[in-house]
Order: sequence, then structure tokens, then C-alpha cells
Amino acid sequence: MALLEIRDLDVGFDTPEGEVHAVNRLNFSIEAGVILGLVGESGSGKTQSVMGILGLLAENGHVSGQALFKGEDLLQMNASELNQHRGTEIAMIFQDPMTSLNPYLRLDRQMIEVVMHHRGMKKAAAIAKAIAMLRAVNIPDPERIIRQYPHELSGGMRQKVMVAMGLLSEPELLIADEPTAALDVTVKVQITHLMSTLREKTNAAIILISHDLGMVAGICDRMLVMYAGEAVECGSVEQIYYDPKHPYTQGLLNSVPRLDRPDDSGLEAIPGNPPNLLSLPVGCKFRDRCPKAFDACSEKPPMQVDEDKHAYRCFLGAPS
Amino acid sequence: MTKEADQSVVDPFAAALEVIDVKGRSPWEDAWHRLLKNRAAVYSSFIMAAMFLMVVFGPMLISWEPDFTDWDYTSSPPSLASGHWFGTDAVGRDILVRTLTGGRISLMVGLVATLVSLVIGVSYGATAGYFGGTADRIMMRIVDIIYALPFMFFIILLMVVFGRHILLIFVAIGAINWLDMARIVRGQTLSLKNTEFVEAAKACGVSDWDIIRRHITPNLLGVVIVYVTLTIPQVILVESFLSFLGLGVQEPMSSWGALVSDGAQDMESAPWTLIVPSVFLTVTLYCFNYIGDGLRDALDPKDHF
Amino acid sequence: MRVQDLAVHYKLREGGLLGSKMHTIKAVDGVSFDLDAGETLGVVGESGCGKSTLARALLALVKPSRGRVLWFGEDLNKLDDEDLRKKRLDMQIVFQDPLAALNPRMTVRNIIAEPLWTFFPKIARVQVDERVRGVMKMVGLLPNQINRYPHEFSAGQCQRIGIARALVLNPKLVICDEPVSALDVSIQAQIVNLLKDLQKKLNLSLVFIAHDLSVVKHISDRVMVMYLGRAMELSKRNRLYKQPLHPYTSALIKAVPVPDPKLARAASDSGLTGDMPSPLNPPSGCVFHSRCPFLIKRCKLEVPALRRMENGDWVACHRAEELDLTIGKSG
Repeated sequence: MALLEIRDLDVGFDTPEGEVHAVNRLNFSIEAGVILGLVGESGSGKTQSVMGILGLLAENGHVSGQALFKGEDLLQMNASELNQHRGTEIAMIFQDPMTSLNPYLRLDRQMIEVVMHHRGMKKAAAIAKAIAMLRAVNIPDPERIIRQYPHELSGGMRQKVMVAMGLLSEPELLIADEPTAALDVTVKVQITHLMSTLREKTNAAIILISHDLGMVAGICDRMLVMYAGEAVECGSVEQIYYDPKHPYTQGLLNSVPRLDRPDDSGLEAIPGNPPNLLSLPVGCKFRDRCPKAFDACSEKPPMQVDEDKHAYRCFLGAPS
Repeated sequence: MTKEADQSVVDPFAAALEVIDVKGRSPWEDAWHRLLKNRAAVYSSFIMAAMFLMVVFGPMLISWEPDFTDWDYTSSPPSLASGHWFGTDAVGRDILVRTLTGGRISLMVGLVATLVSLVIGVSYGATAGYFGGTADRIMMRIVDIIYALPFMFFIILLMVVFGRHILLIFVAIGAINWLDMARIVRGQTLSLKNTEFVEAAKACGVSDWDIIRRHITPNLLGVVIVYVTLTIPQVILVESFLSFLGLGVQEPMSSWGALVSDGAQDMESAPWTLIVPSVFLTVTLYCFNYIGDGLRDALDPKDHF
Repeated sequence: MRVQDLAVHYKLREGGLLGSKMHTIKAVDGVSFDLDAGETLGVVGESGCGKSTLARALLALVKPSRGRVLWFGEDLNKLDDEDLRKKRLDMQIVFQDPLAALNPRMTVRNIIAEPLWTFFPKIARVQVDERVRGVMKMVGLLPNQINRYPHEFSAGQCQRIGIARALVLNPKLVICDEPVSALDVSIQAQIVNLLKDLQKKLNLSLVFIAHDLSVVKHISDRVMVMYLGRAMELSKRNRLYKQPLHPYTSALIKAVPVPDPKLARAASDSGLTGDMPSPLNPPSGCVFHSRCPFLIKRCKLEVPALRRMENGDWVACHRAEELDLTIGKSG
């Protein structure tokens, strides 16, 4: 049974200008020990879908559908039931460590809070575990660092602390939202190594939200590409990088600058801008920017799946 | 698709649409629309508008003079029969007309004193914030020192030394209130100074004066407007307090504070003498506060100044 | 433009109850290069390497503590205010955060026209209008958007507005301070292509600052790698990516993830150990020595000068001649 199964997830926001459809009928599942990359640009809905699943939406947001975690629907739970899962079996690492860590609390207090509350650990044991975890994320001198405040650390260190906090409760599912966004290349490498190691040691599943296609290629097993709130392509990493079927995926891969391509080749850009989520077009949402669009695209395209479980939402290649 | 294709798609459109320029929607317009959606602020504005009209034109329409003592009806409760709709005070003066003329004074003090503090506060704060360095440090220390002075004591001193001239009250209150305005404007100027669009202007060689005029001031307006709207009730309250203490405007002029003070003395025998001016005062304070809050939400700082 | 041993130091006072300590942050400490007309110099480095400070120093927006910035032979910091202002006509800048670089209360027309008013105060409205529309078309914006405000545009379009503003005076040099870092991947490609086209069309010199080696590769003629305020290497683009001269460059190249699963997983270790030292307390001698896999005793003691190699490239490393850092070779 899949560890997490998402069915027909819809996330919307009520704004003075109207209803913003952030996520439309999203379906995917993830098994234990699998690292899934959730890829898309701003407005694709990748962060909001996860926030919706975990009940972390803003006040004007609403979510519907099913989010089955080990068979139980997270969306049907109230706050206290959700809390039993959040922080213990499901952990989330946010993008900006500056705002995710409480600047007024020392690190030791913040780190052991969850573990003591949920697993009922005693303070001394919790601190020892936290120190061990800090060491595991390659933070030098953890006994001293743990007694400091967030602002005393560099950005890279703070993010490593966030990762350590996420791993502290030994989650079965780790959700990392752009964990390396503002970090230097060398720190990025360290963090991705950590996540790999976690998966090897504990068979945890990881959902990695990112727009960094290089990082996703290095660490993920499967990938889901999102555009304007919908999944447009899903498959193993090899399938998607070597045989992308959806024009958006193809355009995205072509527009990424790569060190291994000849120097003078221009970057191929996808023209235009992502659609306005207040007024989504009918039919295929990528139509206006698609070099291969044709008449049928004014209808909603079907999700095609081939034998290797490589799925994409497009009319191209569909049996007519 | 490369940029070439992009351009060839854009060009014919551009040519066709060249004649029709799209109208932009400035951040002010957005704020205005947001404000209109705030019902408390909108209602308050209507009430305040009505209040202004009443205060300015009311006394002209009422047959009683504010200092006319009607010996037939001293301390009489509100009644339609007597012609004194809101009753009279101990000396027989019509409460309604006194409240309205008192309102003129209170509102005028509110507006003028706020204007004084606005002018002083904004120029002081913007200068300190923009030029920074030692000038800023010195200017702000001065503000700190003045802030530490017990200002009530100060005003009372001024009143005692210079007499209770109404102009003095305006200036005295304004001169105290500018401190907050200066601090807020300075803070905002500081953060504006470090924005990238100001840096861009500097990189283009735009003069300091033009930067202040074009970039700093328009972006200060939002904060200043909100603060002004919230200062007016503060100032009215200060004046009322002074009048309550007997240090405000002199007879025969009256303000809401003075009326409340008088009314408090007759509270048990003639409660309407206290209630009527109090209600007017309170409603005004509430309305300005709602409007100020509404403005602050509409000009939401989250939306870039 | 010629930059000679540029340094920008900031003094920081750390106050305690019993007296204060003066710290010096050497944001930039020893950068030299030449830039020709029509050439693009890519400047790469991680956070804290001083690239943003460098950008501002090149435009004389901050005063250098040491060294000179020469524009056509003239030292920018020796000019008086009026002369310096005139030189600004030729040098413009594009910022990292597209929306923050535009005054939210000004229309696009006014934003782009401001440089025109500053240098030609008597210019006629019609001429301004014409020029603004022309430059908008050049950067791929529809001229009929001219009355709109920044918040009505997407991030990519805002960056185009920023570029239009930089180009309206026909400058010779445009400094781009991380112009695509805040943009989505597909929009990055659009903007990079736009800058390349504009450079060709207008024979611009560009200084393109980024933390992403792969983006810089597509647009630069030469690339300078900075670390903790110092230039580590300055090489022609083609050579840098195949045969870097400096261990830091090599590590950076190896650390960049390639969007190709097989290659990414087979990637060798970048060889970089430890964390970036704080700029308040840089290591002695070569600032990179604390993380360098090729460390020898000399590196801790002596600061390596930026020197010219036989092939015309520059490097600041004591062991540059002996090391073979060709990418693809193990070790």
C-alpha cells in the first residue's frame, strides 16, 4: 500500500478578486523509500498542494479531495488528530530558515519541543538526540551550537538545523519545500546527501519540491511536473529527463542552462507567461505557450499512461 | 521557441495596438477600492461628513444662541415642547447648540494641531532619515529628549505663562505631537532609502532633491495619511483633557471637553448635560479611528509601502 | 573599463560595556580586470564573496578603500560630482529583485523616462514618449502597456522594464547584478537570451554577476571567480569550464548538478570541505586555504597574487602551474 496517496486534490483561495484555483484535481502516490520530486515554477501549485495536505493553508484557503496517509484521510482529520501525524510520522522542511525558526528561542528548546511533546521523551534524552542529529548533518561543535539563537548562525547552518529538526522525529514521510533555495552550491550538495542517507537508513519517503532540475536529477527516483495547478507529466526520473512527453516538460528541460552542453548554444525559452490563476483558460492550460498546440487543445486533454507508468496530460500521441 | 519568434509574434500586435494605450491601475486606485470595501470605514466617513455639516451649519439653523440663557428652562431635560431638543444646562443654555459650536472648536483644534505636527514631523523626520549619519543621530537624540519631558506639564506651563489663547493651544498640542510623526517618517525614509529603486535612481545620477520628491515622498504618503487620521482623535482628546482640567479654551468659547467638564458637575441632576457632548466626542473618536484603521488596511504595508 | 586592485572595506564597531572593538569587513579585497567594448564578463561566486559590493564599486556608488576604477582612462573616484554624474550616462545597472527595483507609484513610462529627464531636462514630451516606446519594444514589452504600474506585471516583465530603464540612455556598459536569480527557470532563459541579443545589437559591454555557473556560461566571454572578496581566477569562458586553473573553480564546477540523472548520480565529490569562513575573520594567506584539497604550507602564509598565465588567463594560486584540474579527469 502506498504510504501517501493523493486523490483529486483541489486547493483554492477566496480573494477579493475572485477564486484563485491553486491546485486542480491532483493525483499521485508515493511509496516508502521513494524520493519524489515535485517540479514546477511559481504558480504551479506545488507548495500549496502540500500545504493543503498538511492542513497548513491560509485562512482563506480551502481544500477538497483525499489525502490518504497509511490509509487514513488527512483531510478529514481535525487539528488534534492531524497533530499526531505532523511532526512525528510526517515532517516538513520549509524554504526559508530565517522565518521558519523562532528567533526568540534557543535552538535546543525549539528542537526538542516536538520530540518531547509527541514521543514523550525526557529532556536530557531529547537534547542528546538533537545533538547527535546536528552532528549527523555535519554541523561542527554541535554542543555549543545548540545553545545558540538562530540569528547567530549562517544561512546554510540554519537550513541544516531545519533538516535536523525534520529528521529528529524519524519521520516516515519527509516533505522538503525548496530546502536549498537560498544556499550556496556546496551546501546544497551536503543537504541532498543528507536526504539520501536518511532514505537509505530509515526507508523514509521524501517529497522534494524544487525548481532546480539539476538537484532533482541527482537524488529523485520519480518526478511529477506541475503547471498551473495540474500535474502535466509523471514518471521515473529517467523517463522524464530522457524522454519527456509533455511540451512543457520539454520546454523546461531545454531552457535550463547546462554545463555539459556546447557553450554557444542559446537557451531555448518558453515564450509568454504562466496563466493567471484567477481566470484559467478552458482546455489545456499550456496551450498559449505550446509550440505544438493544435485545435483539439481547446478541450481538456486526457491523462495518458503508457506501460512503464509514464503519464502525461496531452493530446499528442493520443489514439484518435 | 527563441526570442526571434517571440518578436515576430509581438510586432504585428504592437503595431495594431499602438494607438490604444492600456490604462494602468495605480496602487492608489487599488487602495481606494480596498477602502470602499471596508464597511466600518465607509460608514464612519459618512458619519463624520454629517458631523462636519452639523457642526458648521447646525448653529446657524438653530434659533438659540450658544450663550443665550433661557431663564424659563434652566436645567430642563430634552423635550420637543421646550424647543430645547437636547435640554439645557444649569444656566439655561441650549445643550445642542453649545455642543455643536463646541464641536467646531474641538474639530478645528484636531485639524489644525494635526497639520502643525504633520508639517514639522514630516520635514524633520524625512531630513533626518534621508541624510543619515551624524545629523540623523543628533536630530533623533533631540526627539528623544523632548519625548522624555512631561508634556502635559509643559502645556500647562505654557498656558499659565502665555494665557489661554486658542492659537496657543493649537501650536502647543501640535508641537508635542510632531515627535511621533517624525519618528515614523524617519523610519520609513530609512527603509525607502535602501530600496533598489532609489539605488537605481542614484545610479542614473538623479539628484538628492529629485529622489526625495519623486521616490521617497509618494511612498511616504501612505504611512503619513494613516498616521494623520489617527492623530486627529488623539489631539481632540488632549484638548478635551485640557479643557476638562479647566485649561482649555476660555469662555464664552467652548469645546467638547469643557462641556463634558461642566456636565460632569451636574451629572446627577441633569445627566443630559454630560451625555450629549460625551456622545458626540466618543462618536467622533471612534469614527476617526475606524477610518484610520481602514486606511491602514487599504494601504497595506505588505503591498510595498 | 579597467579595474586595478580594487578593495572595499567596511568598518564595523562592536561595542561592549568596556570599550569597543573595530572590525573590518573586507567585502572586496583585491580585484583587477580589464573590460573591452562589446565584451561580457561573468562574475561568479557564492554568497559573501563580494560580488554585489563589486557591482556598486564599479559604478562608484560606494567608495573604494583601495585601488582604482578607470573608465576610458579616467579614475572615477577622482572626478568631481558633476563630471561623475555625466559619466553615469554610459554605465547602468540592472538589479536582482525585479519588483523592488521599480518605484511602485510610478508608471512604466515614468520609470523608464527618468534617466532621460535627469540628463536632458529640456527634452520634449513627444521625444520622451517615442524613445520609451522604442526601448520597450526592444526588450519585448508591448508599448501600449506604457501607463501601467509595476505590480500589474509579472516578475519577468518587471525585469524587462528594469533592462529598458538601463538601456534608455544608450549606455556603453550595463552591470547586471544577479538579474535572473529571482526568476523562474523558463523566464530566466528568456531574459538571458534577451540580454545576449541586446548586447549584439547595441555592442554593449556587460558585467553579468551570478552565483550560478551554468547561467554565466551561456552569456560570458570571460568569467571571473570570486571568493571572500578576492578574485581567484579570470579566464576565457571556454577554457574555464574545461580546464579551470584554480581549485575553487574546479570545485564549483563539480558541485553544479547537471539536469541529467545518469550524470548527476555519477558526479564525483566536489572536494570542498568545511564551511565558508566568515568575512569578519578571513583565513590568513590565501583565503581559500581552509577548504583547499591541494593545500601546502605556503598557502597559509602568503597571499597569492592574481597573476597572468601563459595562455592569457589570470589565477591567484601558488600551485597554478603544477595542478591539472581538467574536468572529467579523476582526482
